[in-house]
Amino acid sequence: MNLHEYQARDLLRAQGIAMPDGGVASTPEEAEAIARRLGGTVVVKAQVHAGGRGKAGGVKLAKGAAEAKEHASRILGMQIKGLPVSRVLVVPAAEIASESYVGLIMDRETQRPVYMVSAAGGVDIEEVAAKTPEKITRLPVDPVYGLLPHQALGLAFTLYQDMAQVRAAARIIQQLWQVFTANGASLAEINPLVTTPAGEVLALDAKVVIDDNELDRRPDLAALRDESAEEPSEVAARRANLTFIKLDGNVGCVVNGAGLAMATMDLVKYYGGDPANFLDIGGSSNPEKVVNALRIITRDPNVKAILFNIFGGITRTDDVANGIVTATRQFDVGVPIVIRLTGTNEQEAVRILNAARMTALNDMDEAVEKVVALAREAA
Amino acid sequence: MSIFIDAGTRLVVQGITGRDGSFHARQMIAYGTQVVAGVTPGKGGQTFEGSVPVFNTVADAVRETGANTSVIYVPPSGAAGAIYEAADAGIALIVCITEGVPVLDMTRVMPYVRSRGARLIGPNCPGLITPGVAKVGIIPGNICAPGRVGLVSRSGTLTYEVVNHLTRNGIGQSTCVGIGGDPIIGTNFIDCLRAFEADAGTDAVVMMGEIGGTDEQNAAAFVKAHLTKPVVGFIAGQTAPKGRRMGHAGAIISGSSGTAEEKMEAFAAAGIAVMKRPVDVVALLRDRLG
Repeated sequence: MNLHEYQARDLLRAQGIAMPDGGVASTPEEAEAIARRLGGTVVVKAQVHAGGRGKAGGVKLAKGAAEAKEHASRILGMQIKGLPVSRVLVVPAAEIASESYVGLIMDRETQRPVYMVSAAGGVDIEEVAAKTPEKITRLPVDPVYGLLPHQALGLAFTLYQDMAQVRAAARIIQQLWQVFTANGASLAEINPLVTTPAGEVLALDAKVVIDDNELDRRPDLAALRDESAEEPSEVAARRANLTFIKLDGNVGCVVNGAGLAMATMDLVKYYGGDPANFLDIGGSSNPEKVVNALRIITRDPNVKAILFNIFGGITRTDDVANGIVTATRQFDVGVPIVIRLTGTNEQEAVRILNAARMTALNDMDEAVEKVVALAREAA
Repeated sequence: MSIFIDAGTRLVVQGITGRDGSFHARQMIAYGTQVVAGVTPGKGGQTFEGSVPVFNTVADAVRETGANTSVIYVPPSGAAGAIYEAADAGIALIVCITEGVPVLDMTRVMPYVRSRGARLIGPNCPGLITPGVAKVGIIPGNICAPGRVGLVSRSGTLTYEVVNHLTRNGIGQSTCVGIGGDPIIGTNFIDCLRAFEADAGTDAVVMMGEIGGTDEQNAAAFVKAHLTKPVVGFIAGQTAPKGRRMGHAGAIISGSSGTAEEKMEAFAAAGIAVMKRPVDVVALLRDRLG
């Protein structure tokens, strides 16, 4: 789960990381009041889960409270990459002498959290990693012992020469470990970590991503989810315990299992179609899930035909068949449905569908070809 | 012949009295797996299905029954604890089916498992099956058939799809292993490829990968350097958008790395025959097995 910058800032400050003061506003007046309290020049930043906020006009410098209010009124309600901006962060404009990058990321290969530290900060770190990897120092950390003091110091020495700055940076690097482990993060980064002309070391911008698997045991973190910043159909799907990602095509897909769901989308593309979504109904058998899945998919006006691809293992195909029949009785699906099912209780499933004057196919390729043709006819 | 599980597998089911644990314990027993014990703390002394003794701890189960393999069906909050317990009790092969185990837990679990000399498969995996001999996990036994093709996969139902094609076309399997869809897993592609290469009962390997990470690329390099047996591969997620988690915690394209295209190229460069569709597995294997 992605956090907004202002939420990430709170997590960093809770561990004592030095950051400039600031505040979050959802109205222009609130932004004005924060700017007045901070005094001087401030930055008004859109809080939205999208990169390229600056380029989209979502980050503005304001020379005082009145200008901050003006910028806030323009940014609030803006759409950045299709996502509405409902909050802005107001922070003092820092004077910057140097910019560095400090990140901590869960690394699959070493199976450990890995620090990535670079004196080339303030820019897209992925670009630095791709073009000049030698500018990034990497350090995998043994999670049993955590970041050891000499390791923090060693990383800080790659950033600064001045001993006071090295010690300040080492402290921040150490505190970032606490941010990561105390919140079950999969990413915690400071970009940029700056020095001011006065020699201070400060974290200017923060990004934190929480491992979704932590949310069940951490209701405090789960509460940070901002559903207004997400695609409404994806919010509805999550509430219905479905994994759903909206795409731009016109073939709706309902599949059990993430790997088979991806392979089904790929096969739709292979046969010349375009998938409208990723949807995994999961392993448990539950007709209600199928009804919810159909409701969510049919809300997308782009969808011209729907494919069910169910390989029954734990999932009972008769439960899925019952769900399809129930859904079509509850509301008008409006587009043709192609059903492929095989595996657990397949014969019973076919009987249920036939009784409702529907048919089922047994072969995945045949079903995908058929649904792609139907979507094309309707388009 | 097979890898990881065989006729000598003596299985303890952790969480045997739970909803999922009891259902799948019955299925594994029906398949002929030697389920020698179950573990549910507080239910020690009971008997499951009139034949399998239930213990309070894995250590008790190992001492009383000689269990050497465990399968875990406990909720995510208890899964890491269950793995530690199995490793501590001297279990050699631990299979964790549970989905949703926090990744930070896994960073601490893995060094512990290694220090005890155990192998972990999963978490968030369907387990494994040696057709006709033993199944540990949730792979439906009826779609498998004994034979000489090894299969390793990051997913569940996509594995069933491919196994089904194999079986219907008369191509049996030595062992099918689902290694799991999480970012940190106990057994990776290379571990399975090495085992299949060494297994006299395996003639060819099918490798089912997906987007995210670099496991498939590393596996391709391993195939090129070390495998004498033919390998057929598939990558799911060619149409997946960047930066979105496609169901599996590990299936996410970050930046420009971990794409299906990159992985398919790595496969091809290593001499792995790349399937465009799951059904292609049959023709590609026939070409290579003669």
